[in-house]
Amino acid sequence: MNMTEHAPILIILIPLLASFLNLLIGLWRKRLCYPFVVAALGMCVFSSFVILNTVINTGNISYRLGGWAPPWGIEYVIDHLNAFIIAIVSFMSFITAVYSKKSIEQELPEKTVYFYTIYLLLVTGLLGITATGDVFNLYVFLEITSLAGYALIAIGRDKAPLASFNYVIMGTIGACFYLLGVGYLYIATGSLNIADLAKLLPELYHSKVILVAFAFFMVGIAIKIALFPLHVWLPDAYTYAPSTVSAFVASTMTKVGAYAMIRIMFTVFEPRFSIELLPATAILGWVAAAAMVYGCILAVAQTDLKRMLSYILIAEVGYIVMGISLANREGFTGAVLHILNDAFMMACLFMVAGAVAYKTGASNMQDFKGLNKKMPFTMAALIIAALSMVGVPPTAGFFSKWYLILGAIAAQKWLFAALFLLSSLAVAVVFFRIIQTVYFEVSKEVSVPVNSVSKEFSKSKQTLKTDTDTSFNEAPVSMLMPIFIMTAGILLLGLFSGNIISAVIQFTVPKGF
Amino acid sequence: MEFIIGKFNYWIYIILMMIGFYAMIAKKNLVKKIVGMNIFQTAIILFFVSTGSKKGATIPIIQNYKDVNQVIDAAQYMNPLPHVLMLTAIVVMVSTFGVALALLLMIFKKYRTFEEDEILEILKQGRGK
Repeated sequence: MNMTEHAPILIILIPLLASFLNLLIGLWRKRLCYPFVVAALGMCVFSSFVILNTVINTGNISYRLGGWAPPWGIEYVIDHLNAFIIAIVSFMSFITAVYSKKSIEQELPEKTVYFYTIYLLLVTGLLGITATGDVFNLYVFLEITSLAGYALIAIGRDKAPLASFNYVIMGTIGACFYLLGVGYLYIATGSLNIADLAKLLPELYHSKVILVAFAFFMVGIAIKIALFPLHVWLPDAYTYAPSTVSAFVASTMTKVGAYAMIRIMFTVFEPRFSIELLPATAILGWVAAAAMVYGCILAVAQTDLKRMLSYILIAEVGYIVMGISLANREGFTGAVLHILNDAFMMACLFMVAGAVAYKTGASNMQDFKGLNKKMPFTMAALIIAALSMVGVPPTAGFFSKWYLILGAIAAQKWLFAALFLLSSLAVAVVFFRIIQTVYFEVSKEVSVPVNSVSKEFSKSKQTLKTDTDTSFNEAPVSMLMPIFIMTAGILLLGLFSGNIISAVIQFTVPKGF
Repeated sequence: MEFIIGKFNYWIYIILMMIGFYAMIAKKNLVKKIVGMNIFQTAIILFFVSTGSKKGATIPIIQNYKDVNQVIDAAQYMNPLPHVLMLTAIVVMVSTFGVALALLLMIFKKYRTFEEDEILEILKQGRGK
């Protein structure tokens, strides 16, 4: 069997089959799950790079499921944009799986097997959304992703079930709107294949049915990516989810949603439809601007690290959507580059939050005093990720923001360019406050008697460690390594961003920009 | 009048969808929210199924199919594709419903109530297991 020929389907089949096998393996030997999951996702990363390589060298891949010809059968189409997102998602899933070992053992000691099963399903769904070339197939994968996401978020701490429930309600509305959009397109054209739709639709652009379908698509996806007025489910869900889940979901789920948005706006519909016939990009631009401002301002007001990161994520979604809505070459390049950079930054920051929670049980930023002595490596990673978030050269965040601002200037939207700078400033305030707490505020030595600690251990199942000593006590290697890889990634992506743009991203820009 | 009666299936789909949507957004009881969600999804299924059906048409199985060039009148057969799509959508709907019910169980075990405002009250006071 030729590996490269079947790579588009293998990348979805590997995590899907692995998720079922994982359950069986888990019933037999629980501790084999972790190496199995890491191995499976490693294969995923390998095939994703095979795909990326093939696309760069030989152009688009089209894969027919079961050999049925495209308008009738399901077709998987991989172009530069897909291949790029697939590589990001599978790489993130692999790194997060490596990271998950200790934190899952601590947070969900009895549920590791089921956790990994659902985790693999989530990866399947995300990869499926990116690989497919069929709008209904995309809906199915969207729902697989969401269902796995609901379950993973619900097993978190405190309010997690309630947060997950709100997410179910919102997510279902989003998915149903998307499905209605598919239905309207099908009524008007009789096709579900993206390439076929792109051919059939231009004649029907003035039909009201098509306009309604487009509106349903946009609102549905906007709920899924938590674009500003529809973001209410996100902060709670990502704050209370287990730290591994937050790290993975925050770094990939919104990005894949943004990918779906790009696909609908610029592949299913032509750019001229989304830009001229409907002022969709103009509306999205203002919504995204509101998201940027709102996310950053609320992030300043938070005390919980993960909740603060969630609000920053809302702002970052605003950045990406803004880049898409600018509808010129620079802005779009910035948006796609920001999808990559933001995945790395978000994963790194949530992993740091998870490592701190693992070692000290602290999630409130006021409890971070003196962590620089206790966890120097983790905190160094926090600083680099924070600098990248703010956009300090030569970190990755600088380059994507640079392109976004160039795009705003090229589109002559001066207000948006100013808002980019303003929100960067707000992010700087947020992160310098943490850095100040960590490095410059001396922690008060609270002496906790040993007895009371052990009593607390026996009383509650939650193993919150209440020690506040600042002696060296770094996170385990299985957590540190992924954090280091992410941090190194942030620096390297910054240095090589020119190469990434010339090798991949310049080909993702839709025609007519 | 023809506008309403001639397309009654679409009107019913819109009405059902709005009922479900209202329940999902406005109801304070979590169980009612889920019921609303189910109505919402069922309405979409009704919409899809009714797009595929035709008056006086039969199921899309060709009788006495012999030669390939046989002319087939498409108006005599229903469009099976929306129906098949809905099989998948029903599976999705059932699993969403299942996940939501499981979440409700978790919430009930934690707060002993299904009323959203009571749960928020409990959260405000910092009670709850």
